[in-house]
Amino acid sequence: MPAPTDVNIPAPSTLAMPSPGLPPFDYLCPDDPDEVVALLLQHGRSARLLMGGTDLFVQMRDGALAPRVVIDVKRLPGMRELSFDPADGLHVGAAVNMNALAAAPAVQQFYPLLAQAVASVASYQLRTRATMGGNLCNGSPAADTAPAALVLDAQCVVWGPDGERTIPANNFFLGVRKTALQPGEFLTRMEFPVPPTGYAGRYIKLGRNAGGDLAIVGVAVLGYPETSAASGYRFRFALASVAPTPIRVPEAEALLAEQPITSGLLSQAALAAEDAATPINDLRGSARYRKAMVRNLTRRALDDVWNQLQAEG
Amino acid sequence: MTTHHITFTINGAQEEALVTSHITLLAFLRERLGLTGTKNGCATGECGACTVLLDGEPVNACLVLAAEIDGADVITIEGLAHDGELEPLQQAFIDHTGTQCGFCTPGILISARALLNRNPDPTEDDIKDALRGNLCRCTGYQRIINAVQDAAKAGG
Ligand SMILES: Cc1cc2nc3c(=O)[nH]c(=O)nc-3n(C[C@H](O)[C@H](O)[C@H](O)COP(=O)(O)OP(=O)(O)OC[C@H]3O[C@@H](n4cnc5c(N)ncnc54)[C@H](O)[C@@H]3O)c2cc1C
Ligand code: FES
Ligand code: FES
Repeated sequence: MPAPTDVNIPAPSTLAMPSPGLPPFDYLCPDDPDEVVALLLQHGRSARLLMGGTDLFVQMRDGALAPRVVIDVKRLPGMRELSFDPADGLHVGAAVNMNALAAAPAVQQFYPLLAQAVASVASYQLRTRATMGGNLCNGSPAADTAPAALVLDAQCVVWGPDGERTIPANNFFLGVRKTALQPGEFLTRMEFPVPPTGYAGRYIKLGRNAGGDLAIVGVAVLGYPETSAASGYRFRFALASVAPTPIRVPEAEALLAEQPITSGLLSQAALAAEDAATPINDLRGSARYRKAMVRNLTRRALDDVWNQLQAEG
Repeated sequence: MTTHHITFTINGAQEEALVTSHITLLAFLRERLGLTGTKNGCATGECGACTVLLDGEPVNACLVLAAEIDGADVITIEGLAHDGELEPLQQAFIDHTGTQCGFCTPGILISARALLNRNPDPTEDDIKDALRGNLCRCTGYQRIINAVQDAAKAGG
């Protein structure tokens, strides 16, 4: 075998077409979760965690972040494991890549909503690296897998200075790029409970094109038969890209539980979703457009879920 | 700055190297290994010109660290032809004029190769979906889709 070649990369100026590089940092790949905690506590804000790097490296290239230490956590035990148990539900290691997640038979069979949300992200080759864990931890309001996590009542399991703790997805997002993770903590897996019997779900993403743009609006709707509800059904709604964090819409959920479901009531629920949205103007769309799209797409997703429920019932 | 001793296979050959932490796989391939078939288009995961196979699956090499390929198997466009013979997929791109300026072609061929590896009989929609992350400013895509369909029919 040849000896390792020299360490020095030629200076960019000597290259015909240098690739724009990342700013310098130290790459660390610990094999013990407690070592990750120690490194995070030691380096504080100058350390960043790495899974697929599809957010991290883009932000570093843009100059938005310049960590001194990049800690790769995807090789830690369990981080890339996926398992399903009919009594316990689905456990997804934080570093399971999106293609593996969408292709898992248990996901296709029992959590098609999750597969839909994942398939809406970027491109196949980006999803070879991108992870759902990274999507949630990045803390973007536009995270496409967040609405599915919210309506499926996912739990985020984290490891930190005090060992393991669980944060419901519904409490995980605190603001733009702000999650409930405390100093020294990192996400190890997502747990999805067994979904309600007879449920139907739908994720609709509006992007500027079909080619994996970030969502202008993302809408997830899940519905299931429930005898204790006056309407005989319960629904869950979640929205992406229309508030500082991905959000649930409890107003719409209450509305559809309390009275018999009619076409008019479905419209009222879509209106409640529009009311709950507090979007901003940005290059992907105006606030006014986004609000209108929340109503339209919520209605469309809801109709689809309702039709699925009728067909099954 | 930390350096890493990495061992990997590149287009079938076992290699090792010392790399600094922040060097991307794209820069490593082009500037250290001289494999300039893999292109640098956007460096942010948007265009697909840098697509290579990492352990058999396509990735954007601009968003992977060279240090991360320790123990991995990497295939670039240079690894598709064998013994001076283009592989059928490459020949189909020539036959259908699926390439014009050629800048996107290496990335598209790698994405298409990965598609045919996992699905030898793709529909047109499967092909469009698999190539969603590869931008082409010249061909208008239809000739690319025809080429992939033809290669699939020929068992390529
Ligand atoms: C071209 C392109 C298109 C994209 N399209 C979409 C899209 O359509 N929809 C969408 O939602 N997103 C999109 N994204 C964003 C990105 O791909 C996703 O958010 C992806 O899921 C991030 O996962 P990752 O594993 O790559 O995360 P990384 O980049 O590795 O990490 C993301 C963030 O989380 C932190 N982190 C990593 N691991 C952990 C951990 N275990 N615990 C705590 N924090 C951690 C990192 O430090 C970083 O801040 C796109 C990105 C690109 C470049
Ligand atoms: S150069 Fe990597 S995707 Fe454009
Ligand atoms: S052939 Fe020119 S970009 Fe595709």
